[in-house]
Amino acid sequence: MSDPVTTEPTGGDAAPTEITGDTSLIADAGSHAIVVTGLNKHYGDYHALRDVDITIPNGSLTALLGPSGSGKSTLLRAIAGLEVPDEGTVVIGGEDVTFIPPQRREIGFVFQHYAAFKHMNVRDNVGFGPSIRKQPKSEIRERVDELLEIVGLAGYQERYPSQLSGGQRQRMALARALAVQPKVLLLDEPFGALDAKVREDLRAWLRRLQAETGVTTVLVTHDQEEALDVADHIAVLNAGAIEQWGTPREVYETPANEFVMTFLGPTATLEGKLVRPHDLVLSLEQIEDAVPVTVVRVVHLGFEVRVELEDRDGNQLSAQTTRGEAARLDLDVGQAVFVRTGHPPFPVDAPA
Amino acid sequence: MRVSRRAQLSLRTLALAYLFVLLIIPLGIILYRTFEHGASAVIDSVTTPAAVSAFWLTIEIVTIAVVLNTVFGVLLAIALVRSRVRGKSIIQVLVDLPFAVSPVVVGVSLLLVYGNAGWFGTWLAEHGIKVIFSVPGMVLATIFVTVPFVVREVEPVLREIGTEQEEAAATLGASRWQTFWRITLPAIRWGLAYGVILTIARALGEYGGVSLVSQSKPGESQTLTLLVKSRYDNLDEAGAYAAATLLMVIAVVALIIMTVLDRKKSNV
Repeated sequence: MSDPVTTEPTGGDAAPTEITGDTSLIADAGSHAIVVTGLNKHYGDYHALRDVDITIPNGSLTALLGPSGSGKSTLLRAIAGLEVPDEGTVVIGGEDVTFIPPQRREIGFVFQHYAAFKHMNVRDNVGFGPSIRKQPKSEIRERVDELLEIVGLAGYQERYPSQLSGGQRQRMALARALAVQPKVLLLDEPFGALDAKVREDLRAWLRRLQAETGVTTVLVTHDQEEALDVADHIAVLNAGAIEQWGTPREVYETPANEFVMTFLGPTATLEGKLVRPHDLVLSLEQIEDAVPVTVVRVVHLGFEVRVELEDRDGNQLSAQTTRGEAARLDLDVGQAVFVRTGHPPFPVDAPA
Repeated sequence: MRVSRRAQLSLRTLALAYLFVLLIIPLGIILYRTFEHGASAVIDSVTTPAAVSAFWLTIEIVTIAVVLNTVFGVLLAIALVRSRVRGKSIIQVLVDLPFAVSPVVVGVSLLLVYGNAGWFGTWLAEHGIKVIFSVPGMVLATIFVTVPFVVREVEPVLREIGTEQEEAAATLGASRWQTFWRITLPAIRWGLAYGVILTIARALGEYGGVSLVSQSKPGESQTLTLLVKSRYDNLDEAGAYAAATLLMVIAVVALIIMTVLDRKKSNV
């Protein structure tokens, strides 16, 4: 991951904080929606995609979020043409591309493990798409330099992928995907193999780049925090089907079912109802609807404080509160307190 | 620490002694015997019409075997690693068959198939095609014994590089053919180069199969390896040593050419 780098032209390991360079050159700016209808895919007995319908709006940054095996990568690869669906259609920018090979779909694809061409230097990696399209050498050279400027790798042209860090390789892969001016940009767990800090920087950078270029972008992730942070729309997948589609706020605050609720963040069960730990309100006195509980443990996590509780039936739950609130309550282990929910709870037994 | 170092040293000594006794001494003696009576005698011995003919026949057979086994070896390796064809395990066994079967058996089977009394013998004779006691038979025997090398060297490399680079090339617009030339081939070139070198070495040394399907006529149907044997049988020891040295020289030159080519390619 961190190969020794002898000299540092520009950039370094972290993503650039500002987008420099002429981003108008990047993509065939966002006027290409993706419409997927009735997609089914089987691998032997395994049903990887079940009747998937999804419309990804023009210029949006959509996250396909789900646990491993939920079909999110298969869906992305079907959009790219790297998988052929058993049933259903894929339309990109108004054109039915279901039976068109990836070569002619005008997409940019970024892989989790970079898929860097190891025997080519950075210049030839990024210039691969344009050179396949037989663009003049001088034009390719110019374009590669501009793209490397944008991804913060100016001066790295002659390096080989083995001489780059993970974050740098992924930015090179992004530049390579953007070099063909794709209609849509498809990212398969692009930050999954990176360190937490690099991941966060690159995420923020991608969001800015996407906002500036407006290219329709689809990102696959299993990390709900990443999806909430970077995307303007989220599709939550489970067992090959889309459970919910909406803005980050919609899927977080009004989850369609128990799966979405539990997948998008921590939950606690209070009197048979699923609630978010930060929606639990603690009080020292009995108030309306409050449930009596005992404090088991108080954990200080910087700004927030996690209070682990046990109700009369021995069920464990944790509440999340602020440092100030915890100080005001002055909680001790073994103390009896009351807890109620400050937000309408999600009924566990409700139909999905 | 001291014990392990001593163990290491003795292991190293043992390995070197093994190589020395089994490889260096015999090869050294051949070189010594070859040049015992001076270089001019050697040059005379390897420029006789029989030796020159054997040299070119060897080059011809090795070249055909290397080209065919490279093309089909890479195709087979790709089929084994990338496709989901049925009967893969049968192909795997077949590829290893030449390792298991003695070259003499290969020669006999070629006689049975293509010989005068063989399956295709009559048909071939009617059409004036000569396989046995001719170059095609010697090429067939050589190809048979060298089939596994390219496949077995390329296969693990293909498996290791995976499909992501090829998929990335496809999304960037490269056709299958462009992807093969620009992505797959450069990625497997180390394995391929090693497979080719092993093929050359094995093809140069092939004796058992080739000796059965060749009349071993000096100046006509003798490879260098057959020449070494016939000279030795005719009590021309010096001539046998000279031809053996020429065989070694060819192998070393092939090794050097492959290394240089590979270095050039990786500098692009």
